[in-house]
Amino acid sequence: MKKHVRLVQSKCERVNKEILRYSAISAEMEINMGVKNRMSGNEAVAHAIRQINPDVMPAFPITPSTEIPQFVSNMIANGEVDTEFIPVESEHSAMSAAMGSEAAGARTITATSSCGLALMWEVLYVAASSRLPLTMTVVNRGLTGPLNINAEHSDSMGARDSGWLQIYAENNQEVYDNLLQAYRIAEHKDVLLPIMICQDGFITSHAVENIELEEDEPIKAFVGKYEPEHYLLKAGETMAMGPYATSPYCMEAKRAQAQTMMNAKKVILDVAEEYAAITGRKYGFFEEYRLKDAAFALVAIGSACGTIKDAVDDLRKHGVKAGLLKVRVFRPFPGEEMARALSHVKAVAIMDRCESYSCNGGPLGSELMAAMYRNKNKAEAINIVYGLSGRDITVNDVKDVFERLKTIAQEGVKDTQYTYLGLRE
Amino acid sequence: MENTFDFKEIQGREERLAPGHRMCAGCGGTIAVRNVLKALHPGDKAVIGNATGCLEVSTFMYPYTAYVDSYIHNAFENAGATLSGVETAYRVLKAQGKIKDNYKFITFGGDGGTYDIGLQSLSGAMERGHDMVYVCYDNGAYMNTGTQRSSATPMFADTTTTPSGKQSNGKPQYRKDLAAILAAHNIPYVGQTTFIGNMKDLYVKSEKAIYTQGAAFLNVMAPCPRGWRYDTPEIMNICKLAVETCYWPLFEVIGGKWILNYEPKNKLPIEDFLKSQGRFKHLFKPGNEYLIEAFQKEVDRRWEELRIRCGK
Repeated sequence: MKKHVRLVQSKCERVNKEILRYSAISAEMEINMGVKNRMSGNEAVAHAIRQINPDVMPAFPITPSTEIPQFVSNMIANGEVDTEFIPVESEHSAMSAAMGSEAAGARTITATSSCGLALMWEVLYVAASSRLPLTMTVVNRGLTGPLNINAEHSDSMGARDSGWLQIYAENNQEVYDNLLQAYRIAEHKDVLLPIMICQDGFITSHAVENIELEEDEPIKAFVGKYEPEHYLLKAGETMAMGPYATSPYCMEAKRAQAQTMMNAKKVILDVAEEYAAITGRKYGFFEEYRLKDAAFALVAIGSACGTIKDAVDDLRKHGVKAGLLKVRVFRPFPGEEMARALSHVKAVAIMDRCESYSCNGGPLGSELMAAMYRNKNKAEAINIVYGLSGRDITVNDVKDVFERLKTIAQEGVKDTQYTYLGLRE
Repeated sequence: MENTFDFKEIQGREERLAPGHRMCAGCGGTIAVRNVLKALHPGDKAVIGNATGCLEVSTFMYPYTAYVDSYIHNAFENAGATLSGVETAYRVLKAQGKIKDNYKFITFGGDGGTYDIGLQSLSGAMERGHDMVYVCYDNGAYMNTGTQRSSATPMFADTTTTPSGKQSNGKPQYRKDLAAILAAHNIPYVGQTTFIGNMKDLYVKSEKAIYTQGAAFLNVMAPCPRGWRYDTPEIMNICKLAVETCYWPLFEVIGGKWILNYEPKNKLPIEDFLKSQGRFKHLFKPGNEYLIEAFQKEVDRRWEELRIRCGK
């Protein structure tokens, strides 16, 4: 354990030194020019947190997100951020303290994974309905049963109806970029909702990749200061938060909350545009990878999209019109937009890194198929559960799926619409 | 710390729990909250926290709040953690110069939210040393859901999950000693009190708890006329009997030192406390004398233990 801590500390120091070195180099460079570096997804998150400099961070360690509070604690210990860390005794208390802190008027962040997120469940709803724009970096890991520490989306997918915004990343660069945009979206007056910034456990959280970092000053200017309209400690007014409400009020409150999720769509795109103007990196609700003229498409979330892109490139070389729709924003769910982007496709496989035990497919499959139906999308569609508990997905696995899609496009869906990929016989 | 007690001046202070809320007539919880908040010095600001329970659903029913101060309710089991977040935010924003006023942080929970479901959150907040007061208004059962037993329920009490019957004498276990558990956290201040005389003991302890730097815990016995089944105006007599029988001793633990605040000259038998309440009615059936003896024995044992802790 101690050895592990030392390892993390030395890793953190190394990263800090590198950052300093690159900062020195970049000082001579033209402003707003990205600084090339290499780091893990968790380090990228920590770097973004340093640039955001949030006021309060309550957190409880859980693999694979543990490094994030460790990195932040190191930054606090070295005076690199003004953040106050609350070493809470559980994730339930992490989310509870985060809710209290944000309500009091402080920009707040926390981090978690898997069972930690599950323990927060109750309070996720309280935070969202209290309209508190706090941020949580989620390092996706499967929920227990059996206990496992690897990548899966069952944790955040289970919280998909809690009223939180959810943005997913394919790689380290994206989790960094998404986190820098998080507060701008969450704190927008038309939104005021908490936001989860998700990445895949170990696959991106611990793997070191090349990354382009932004300079501190333009990022600080972009993120801006947190100036809430109302908060518990605001001078000259008092406020009460967390009421009991009877039936004549509750339904209206929930409808009003749903409206803010609808409002978030425009804000997410506006913020992405502004971010692109600074960094040159463009984001939308989803990424269309060689999708415009594709006959066969996969729809997926997270790190598997890198593998799928490789498979698409290979297949294209052999004349197969393969494409990918990579979901970035899951809440609000851009169902209509995705259905439209897939309107010309003959057959589509919707990939879920999550089993929902509904006998009707995973969460992405269920929601996207419903959206396709409503939008009169006529493509043949199947839903595939893959990669549970970190099960690897290979380029060949993906190519097999495209082969299936070719058959389905000709013959229709003959077997069940909902199958597993990579399951051992 | 100087603790002057001017009854008229204190009771003349602004009500920080406004009338018009929906708590029962004669509710001990309400008496606790009103009097604890009277110990805030006039002009000082506060954020009041609250665990889910009778108090929350009756004092902050949308769109009305009974609190003059800022108030936050989150859930049942996390009042400690929630207020620890508020207090941390205060320190950060104060250091940044964004907040000029001085704030105090007081959170209320019933025994359900404090002894049981919220114990972990409370323990964490106290151990971390946040500058806040956690006040438990202990009415000895889950009253909001209809008098189910809690770990604060006294032995043999008839509750809806420990009903007395042919095969049952009520709750089989004695109550948890939460104040001692909090004292074991080595926080600067722990106090146990109830409604005695002109509320001086409650006031003095509240003021100490609020104005002691660091984490403080106050355990206030707050009778519930519905759950305890007594005639509502009897509340002050019942509290007096709880103290005079040594069922509910008044004590403080300040910086690790145990202090007994009151020792009855003539310790009354526990029957005097028990017979005033319907929840103990079955103990007075012929043949059940041994139950009262067992209760007395446990009260005596705990009282002696407390006296020793207090150096008596």
